[in-house]
Amino acid sequence: MIEVDNIHKSFGESHVLKGISSNFEKGKTNLIIGQSGSGKTVFLKCLLGLFAPDEGTISYNGKIYSELSASEQRDLRQEMGMVFQGSALFDSMTVQGNVMFPLDMFTKQSKSEMQDRVDFVLKRVNLVDAHNKFPSEISGGMQKRVAIARAIVMKPKYLFCDEPNSGLDPKTAILIDNLIHEITKEYDITTVINTHDMNSVMEIGEKIIFLKNGLKEWEGSNKEIFKTENEAVTDFVYSSELFKKVRQMYIEERN
Amino acid sequence: MSYIASIGSYFIMIKEVFKKPTKWSIMKTLILKEIDELVYGSMGIIIFISFFIGGVVAIQTALNITNPLIPRNLIGFATRQSVILEFAPTFTSIIMAGKVGSYITSSIGTMRVTEQIDALEIMGVNSLNYLVFPKIVAMLLYPFVIAIAMYVGIFGGWTAGVFGGFSSSADFVEGLQLDFIPFHVTYSFIKSIVFALIIATIPSFHGFYMKGGALEVGKASTTAFVWTSVVIIIVNYILTQLLLG
Repeated sequence: MIEVDNIHKSFGESHVLKGISSNFEKGKTNLIIGQSGSGKTVFLKCLLGLFAPDEGTISYNGKIYSELSASEQRDLRQEMGMVFQGSALFDSMTVQGNVMFPLDMFTKQSKSEMQDRVDFVLKRVNLVDAHNKFPSEISGGMQKRVAIARAIVMKPKYLFCDEPNSGLDPKTAILIDNLIHEITKEYDITTVINTHDMNSVMEIGEKIIFLKNGLKEWEGSNKEIFKTENEAVTDFVYSSELFKKVRQMYIEERN
Repeated sequence: MSYIASIGSYFIMIKEVFKKPTKWSIMKTLILKEIDELVYGSMGIIIFISFFIGGVVAIQTALNITNPLIPRNLIGFATRQSVILEFAPTFTSIIMAGKVGSYITSSIGTMRVTEQIDALEIMGVNSLNYLVFPKIVAMLLYPFVIAIAMYVGIFGGWTAGVFGGFSSSADFVEGLQLDFIPFHVTYSFIKSIVFALIIATIPSFHGFYMKGGALEVGKASTTAFVWTSVVIIIVNYILTQLLLG
């Protein structure tokens, strides 16, 4: 579980995060949504330990990150997996090399043990024939799956995803969403996803945080987001005519 | 003020490079890869340039000896001195700042742009050690490259001098051996080691701390080349004053 308590972050004159508090529960798919410039990426980078908050604390299973020593922070980071918006696969390595990299770097496993684990996670993300291909030789959807495989290969306790389905076609985007959701349940990990994608919100958003101008404007689940009267949330989530109609139908159905 | 801040950041980067080393089995592979890319991959261009530079020095010297009292062995002497003292270590380093430096900046810069460096950091890898340290170690072989550049440069001078009809082989070889000071070779190797560190680290700095996208990677490569060349020229002056002055 990740507990965020009143975090603030500024860059020069720009006050990006203005006191956000929330909890991200284990075994749940937690989503951070909001318009561009709302502070989502900075918030996610604070959760990852890439940015240190100016004020407030972030704790991982009760351990406050800022109070940990440098080596404890590094150990904690090894419990985190991250799927980047652009996949961030290492160009110079094959798919297998990318997935094996964390194992090779941080474990004392034998080659065959590592190979077994790589085969297992690549099979789990439905990539069985791509071991020896380079990232440039595979599609965007496959790259995302490799990134997910690399993120889970060390059996992380926390999985972070930055817009995991941006740039993908709707069908592949849903496949990626479902894969992340299944993995979250299967390995009982705390997953935090930064997204713009409303399909993701509706499909896998067990807990959703809506950020606006560096503040937490709303918090709830994908069920509750249909009912919310918060204007900022409804303006953002139901900005398209299609979603407005879906919401209307949902409300009428419930009444 | 920003220059001072950049110089400070550069030295902080150097300190970070030597912190929290990467697992040796991985580092070994990275070092071998960098030796292949940075050193072995540059041999062709260095041999080519050194040969012709040596040749041009020999021809220029020969064409400027108009006084019959000046012995013809001066061609070999001047070629040796020019190549060993300046052309091999300094001129080659400027070429390497362009070839190797732009490769280092663009490869690290692209990793920055595509979030590969963030990926390393999140995994708990000291990305500076992982990316820059193997380049520094690989570039420690740079004096061997310079030694080859010296040899090929002098050979180029001999070829141009003898086959161009400017000098006999015996005169040229006599000039090569005339008043030879072994410390000049040591001086040249000291310079080349310092230049190697500059070529490995300044482009890395520009790549690692760059911000922006693909266009900025190109700009960072150009800036890295300019600054690497400027620093090489300044350090060359300082080392020459200290070691030979």
